[in-house]
Amino acid sequence: MNLSELPPFTSAVIDQVTNVESDDPIAKRLRELGFVFGEPVRIVARGPIGADPLLVQIGFTRFALRRSEAQRVSIHLDS
Amino acid sequence: MAISGISRIALVGNPNCGKTALFNQLTGSRQKVANYAGVTVERKEGRFTAPSGRVFKLLDLPGAYSLEATSPDEVVTRDICLGRIPGEELPDLIVCVADATNLRLHLRFVLEVKRLGRPMVLALNMMDAARKRGITINREELQRQLGMDVIETVAIKHDGAKNLVAHIDRMEVPEVHAVTDQSDADLHTQVLAILASAVTMPRTTAAVDDAIDRWALHSVFGLMILAAVMFFIFQAVFSWAEPLMDGISTGVTVTGQWFASALPDGLLRSLIVDGLFAGLGAVLVFLPQILILFLFILVLEESGYLPRAAFLLDRMMFKAGLTGRSFIPLLSSFACAIPGIMATRSIQDPRDRLTTILVAPLMTCSARLPVYTLLIAAFIPNTTVWNFFNLQGIVLFVLYVAGVASALAVAWFIKRMRQDKSEHALLMELPSYRLPSPLNIAIGLWERAYIFMRRVTTIILSLTVLLWFLSTFPAPPEGATLPAIEYSLAGMVGRFMEPIFAPIGFNWQICIALIPGLAAREVAVAALGTVYAMAGSEDAVAAQLGPVIAAQWSLATALALLAWYVFAPQCLSTLAVIRRETNSWRVVAISTSYLFGLAYLAAFLTYHIAKAIS
Repeated sequence: MNLSELPPFTSAVIDQVTNVESDDPIAKRLRELGFVFGEPVRIVARGPIGADPLLVQIGFTRFALRRSEAQRVSIHLDS
Repeated sequence: MAISGISRIALVGNPNCGKTALFNQLTGSRQKVANYAGVTVERKEGRFTAPSGRVFKLLDLPGAYSLEATSPDEVVTRDICLGRIPGEELPDLIVCVADATNLRLHLRFVLEVKRLGRPMVLALNMMDAARKRGITINREELQRQLGMDVIETVAIKHDGAKNLVAHIDRMEVPEVHAVTDQSDADLHTQVLAILASAVTMPRTTAAVDDAIDRWALHSVFGLMILAAVMFFIFQAVFSWAEPLMDGISTGVTVTGQWFASALPDGLLRSLIVDGLFAGLGAVLVFLPQILILFLFILVLEESGYLPRAAFLLDRMMFKAGLTGRSFIPLLSSFACAIPGIMATRSIQDPRDRLTTILVAPLMTCSARLPVYTLLIAAFIPNTTVWNFFNLQGIVLFVLYVAGVASALAVAWFIKRMRQDKSEHALLMELPSYRLPSPLNIAIGLWERAYIFMRRVTTIILSLTVLLWFLSTFPAPPEGATLPAIEYSLAGMVGRFMEPIFAPIGFNWQICIALIPGLAAREVAVAALGTVYAMAGSEDAVAAQLGPVIAAQWSLATALALLAWYVFAPQCLSTLAVIRRETNSWRVVAISTSYLFGLAYLAAFLTYHIAKAIS
């Protein structure tokens, strides 16, 4: 599954960030911000309209990502 | 001479690390703000004196998440650190600032800066917040792991940077580490290893942030809180400023009268009383409102609420062809479009940035406030509706909303017209809430007041005097029956323009005022002050302008002028900054013509509808 499908307040772990085009600056910046293999993530809030953007807690930081950005992040549920 | 010690220091760090607060703490008001040569990135330089008497030059570099630059800001930060910008000296020491409560993100940047192979130290900032949250950091271990000196700072506390100054004062240039090359994943692995050995954290977030965000980001309450905050600001701008404005206008009037009685009747007296005091007084009176508006913007920015507002509004703004990130530049544009357009540099996507620049002039800047307040005070009754709201405040609010609504409409139109439909990114950090520091607010306010006063005393002053000249010469012929201004150059220009603006209800006095208003919108009020003082009513100094126009204009004309000012691109400085920021005359031409078109249309409709109703 990907990050945009994660229900709020559910813990998950990142597998990888996928480039949607060959040189994907959004995917690159996501990796720089710490979206890398093995990192735990959680959705802590969603935007008021269309549940977009998503507020993602990663490490000690919260980032607002649009759904299309979150779709680049593949995850699995933390068991 | 880098070998004999350190004299030039650069501050770098992630956005939201408290770097600017630290810069303010170190340099106080001894700051110089300019641009880097050839690019549109703000350059902030200051200096500080250590207890030993040594003076250090400090450069505050733009915040960056990575040195793999994706925005002009990040390019400047990287190139300064490497000494790649011509005319900028290579810093002797880099002080990298990291938020002690957000080390997982910030240490990555520290490691990235380290591999540049330049002398550096780490300022571990916000140590007070870290202690409060029970975070313990083993400084010695951190120093050992990073291979650089680590100094704890609390940028918002009075002597919170003392340690850092003392440390820099006595330190030698640190040894430089070999340049290494690591992938993103390597850097993260290294950060996690350092954190595991040097930092313990009871919980990943601040409990207070979670508690506030539960309400502030709530789908329903969040939007209600945002609307309430905005509405409160606009009410406050109007009601709190009133006593201060009364004070200023009384002061100007009294001084003007003193000059009037002290000087012999003649040209000099006319220049000072009708030109200077009538013109400047009318503008100066709005300083309190501008400062109150900026006070709120600064407090919201410092507290960390602004990115929350951007989060709440992103979807809506995205649908309209903007981004949540546009919210901050657009909000700054309420104070002035110039810093607003400059703030669009933080929008990485060039198309989002262009759209934001095009609609930023539609935000009601504080230079329009003088015009609005003059007309509202003269034509809208000062009554209370529904027991609580001030009718004048409501009209002002409606004017602001009209600006925002038209900005959204224009942005949507641009989005529809655009060929390129590829993806835009949001990717925005929501920082921890913080109590705004009085020092930072004071420095921010001082900067605004200084900019405003400089405009008043340079551009506005010279235009007011020029206008006085135009409306005084040539003198009326012998036995003239009409007021003197009708025979002057200004009268002729006004009469020439009148047919163009008659369909939207503007008289020739307004037409005259529109010309100097091109240089700065608020000059239009000063110009009206001068024009009406010249037109016979000697008493119309500054604050008395309201009753004069209330007696001479129709309500429809006043409303049409208000509608005109929602759109009017009458600000050469804004157009100049658009040209500088986009490097394109085409964008300037597009903004000018679309704003003029909308202004004329809106004033035309308002005038005729108001005339039909009344």
